This record gives sequence, C-alpha cells and structure tokens, in this order.
Amino acid sequence: MAINWFKYSAPATFYELAGKLVPWFAWPSALLFAIGVYIGFFVAPTDAVQGEAYRIIFIHVPSSILSMFLYLIMAGYAALGLIFNTRLSSMMASALAPTGALFAFISLWTGALWGKPMWGAWWVWDARLTSELILLFLYLGFIALHASIDDPRRADRASALLAIVGSVNVPIIYFSVKWWNTLHQGSTVKFTGTSMHVAMQQAMFSVLAACWLYAIAVTLARVRSIILERERNTQWVAELPEARS
Amino acid sequence: MNKLSLFGLLRLVIGRDLMLAMRRRADVLTTLIFFVMVVSLFPLGVGPELDMLRKMAPGVVWVAALLSSMLSLGRMFSADYLDGTLEQMLLAPQSLSVLVLGKILAHWMLSGLPLVLMAPVLGLQFDMPVQALWVLIASLLLGTPVLSMIGAVGAALTLGLRGGGVLVSLLVLPLCIPVLIFGTGAVEAVSSGMSAVSHLSLLGALLLLALVLTPWVTAQALRISME
Amino acid sequence: MNWSEFFAMKGYGFYVWGSYGMALLIFIIEIALVRHKRTITLQELRMLRDAEKEE
Repeated sequence: MAINWFKYSAPATFYELAGKLVPWFAWPSALLFAIGVYIGFFVAPTDAVQGEAYRIIFIHVPSSILSMFLYLIMAGYAALGLIFNTRLSSMMASALAPTGALFAFISLWTGALWGKPMWGAWWVWDARLTSELILLFLYLGFIALHASIDDPRRADRASALLAIVGSVNVPIIYFSVKWWNTLHQGSTVKFTGTSMHVAMQQAMFSVLAACWLYAIAVTLARVRSIILERERNTQWVAELPEARS
Repeated sequence: MNKLSLFGLLRLVIGRDLMLAMRRRADVLTTLIFFVMVVSLFPLGVGPELDMLRKMAPGVVWVAALLSSMLSLGRMFSADYLDGTLEQMLLAPQSLSVLVLGKILAHWMLSGLPLVLMAPVLGLQFDMPVQALWVLIASLLLGTPVLSMIGAVGAALTLGLRGGGVLVSLLVLPLCIPVLIFGTGAVEAVSSGMSAVSHLSLLGALLLLALVLTPWVTAQALRISME
Repeated sequence: MNWSEFFAMKGYGFYVWGSYGMALLIFIIEIALVRHKRTITLQELRMLRDAEKEE
C-alpha cells in the first residue's frame, strides 16, 4: 500500500483533514449519547441492590475509561513528537490534555455523587477514585508545565518527557494505591455488579462510544486552533480563506 | 586530558556540590528546620492524645519529609544554571547521566540524609515504639533517595522558569505517592505486628528502578531545558 | 410512569441528575471554549496580517 501517511503529518494538510472530520465524529457522538441515555433510563431495569442511583455508572464508567486512555494516547503522541520531532504529534498531545482532564473531573464528580447514596459519604478513599484523583493531578501538571514555558518547542519537549515519566508511573501508582486500599479495608460495594443486564451493557457501550467520538471531535477542533497559532507565520496560513476577512 | 573513571567522576561531582553547600550551610539547615516544624505542628493541630499521635506518626513524618524535599529541589540545578557551569557540564565529554547522578546523590546527602537522622527524634515526640523507629529509619533511608531522584526530573524540567518552585511540587508530588504509601505502610505494618519486609523490598525495587531511569531522564530534561 | 416520578428517581434524583447535568455542562463549556479559541485565533491572524500590510 502506497498511502503516504506522512502527508497527513504536515500541519497544512492535517488542518484541512481535521476540519472535514470534526462533524463526522461530532454528530454520531451526539446521536449515540441520546441512544445510550435513552436505553439507560427507559429500557434498562432498576438495579436490585443499588436502586435507581446505579444509572450514574452509564456516564461514570465511560468517563473513567476515557480519562485513562486519553492519558496514554497523549503520552504516546508526546513521545512521538519527542523522538521523531514531528510538530503535529506534540500539538495533538497538548490538544488532548484538557479533554482528558475534564473526563477525569467528570469521573470524580459522578463518583462522588454515586458514593453519597451508596457509601453514605461524598468521598471514600476507594482505590479507583484515588487513582483517578492522582490522574487528574498528572493532567494538571502536564497542562501547567506546558503553559508556563514560553518557547513552544521547549514546552512541547519538556511536557512530553513529563507525560512519559507519568505514564511509566501510572501503573506503579495504581498498584500502590490498590495495595494501600486493601491494607486499610476499603469499600466493599463495587461499581459493577456480578451480572449486568443486556440493556445496561448496551447503554454503557453506547455512551462509551459517544465519549470516544466526542473526545476525538473536540480534540481535532482544538488542534486546528493550535496549528494556526503555531504556524501563523507560514505562507499557507496566510492564504487560508478563513483568515482573510 | 586524563581520563576519569566513573566513580572518580561521581566523587568529583559530589565533593564539589558538598563543598559548595558547606559554604552556604544555612540552606541545608532551613530544610531541616522546616521538617522539624511541620512535624511538630501536627500535635498542636490535632491534639495531644498519644494513641492518635502514635497512629499518625509515620504518615506525618513521611509527608513532612516529602514536603521538605520539595523545598530544596529548586537549588539542585539553579546555581549551576545561573553561573554557566551547567552548560559546561552538558558539553563535557563525560556522561551527563553520571554527572546528574552525582548531583542527585549530593542533593540527597544534603536534604535527605539529615531528615533520616532527625526522624527518630521526631518519632519520639509521637511516642513511637523503638522497633517502629528502626523501620521508619530504614524506610526513609530507602525512600528519600527516590524522592531526590524523581525531584531531579522535575527540577530539570522547570529550570529557569518563573514560578518554578510551586510548579515543581505540582509535577513531582503526584509521582511520589507510591514512595509515600510504601514508606508509611512499612512502619504501620510493624506497629500492627506484621512484617515490614514486603513494603521495604517494594521500596527497594522503586529505588533501583529510579536509580536506573531517572539520571538518564533528568539528563534528557536538562538538554531540553538548556537548548 | 409519569414524569415527576421519573425525575424523582425514587429519591436518587439529585444524584443522578447532578451527575448527568454536570457532564452535560462540562461538554457544553468545553465546546464553547474550543469555538471561542478558534474565533480568537482567527482574529489574531487577521490582526497580524493587517499589521503586515501597513508596513
């Protein structure tokens, strides 16, 4: 196959491609959200143990999954940018960070709202919630470091190194938090029961797919602005129709 | 030019940093005093019940050690950066990772080792049993070098940035959480009559991992920051 | 099932709708921010070009 992948790693081509792709991810995402929420609320039966409050997991679990995967993807892009010196990869990494941090926040927020009726406390030092909190800190560190370095090249490379160190550390952190939690007799109520109803699975997977598409759409939209910002002195940006008024 | 062996190089860097630090002894003392103060504040904050204090002691000592090792991170490279020595080090034919390792070890001797030596005294403030004190010393001895090593990465990444001091804590503290967990876990295990070996060996594993990876990562970070 | 019963979620309404409401709010805010950033960037580009033209 002779597709020239590097063609799309040029910011000028990717800018255009991303602009075309955004609606193709955004609208299916909205549709899947609607389907997932509909199934989650109207089709899925009430959980025997957790009552109606369990319906929070349809948004909680997908956002937790997304926040973890987005960190790994971000670190991957950052590493590509660091090793092969491709500008676009670093831009993608910095475009992914805010979305990942927001998913981590949603996961914490919904976890707290789920925990209050289930555990009787807004915050329980459950291994997964604690790891999620630390993940949010890692995102914030990445964003803060990137924001406080003025030279974009140094900012990209320094935060890339941080993201890589962070992603090496994430499994260690997760393991240590889990270890700590078992020592201190953590919560016994789990988010997912032993057997999930088919409708519950369908709702969860639709929302998960919707979240993926949303993350892709919003990242692509954000990376377009970043590309324009970084490349503003180039010829192709000057010739863009939207930059002429 | 005569060729330096790796250990000769290490000794040279450590000796130089120690000598420089001895000329500014106040810096070393400030960190230590901060450590003592933070630990002493806790009984004042939560009340003097010995039962509770005994339970809290390892956590308090470890968190204070974590915070005070953050304090001195800014100094690890900044003086060398400002007077141009760091640039010379980057250009030197010797391995930058080894140079960095030397600086990390010197930093640990100046900021970590005093904390380890001070910790038993503070542990007595919290009425810790002797056996737990020994484990506390062991866990700090294994753990504080890791703090210096992870901290070195953060210090190198934030070199010369405005507001670097706060930023470096923001970057490094989440990465240090495993050390904190295993460090306090070791002491708690002994206090509750279990063996601390598993915790200490995990700390040792972290130390080895950090020893292998962080000098190299820090060297890369320095190259990025000095471009 | 009537609507007020549905929104009450058997007493868990606050938790359930608080979760979905916050998620929705964050998505809306993020989309608004991304759009805002785009208009700002394009504005800056135009200003940059106008400044170059005047020179």
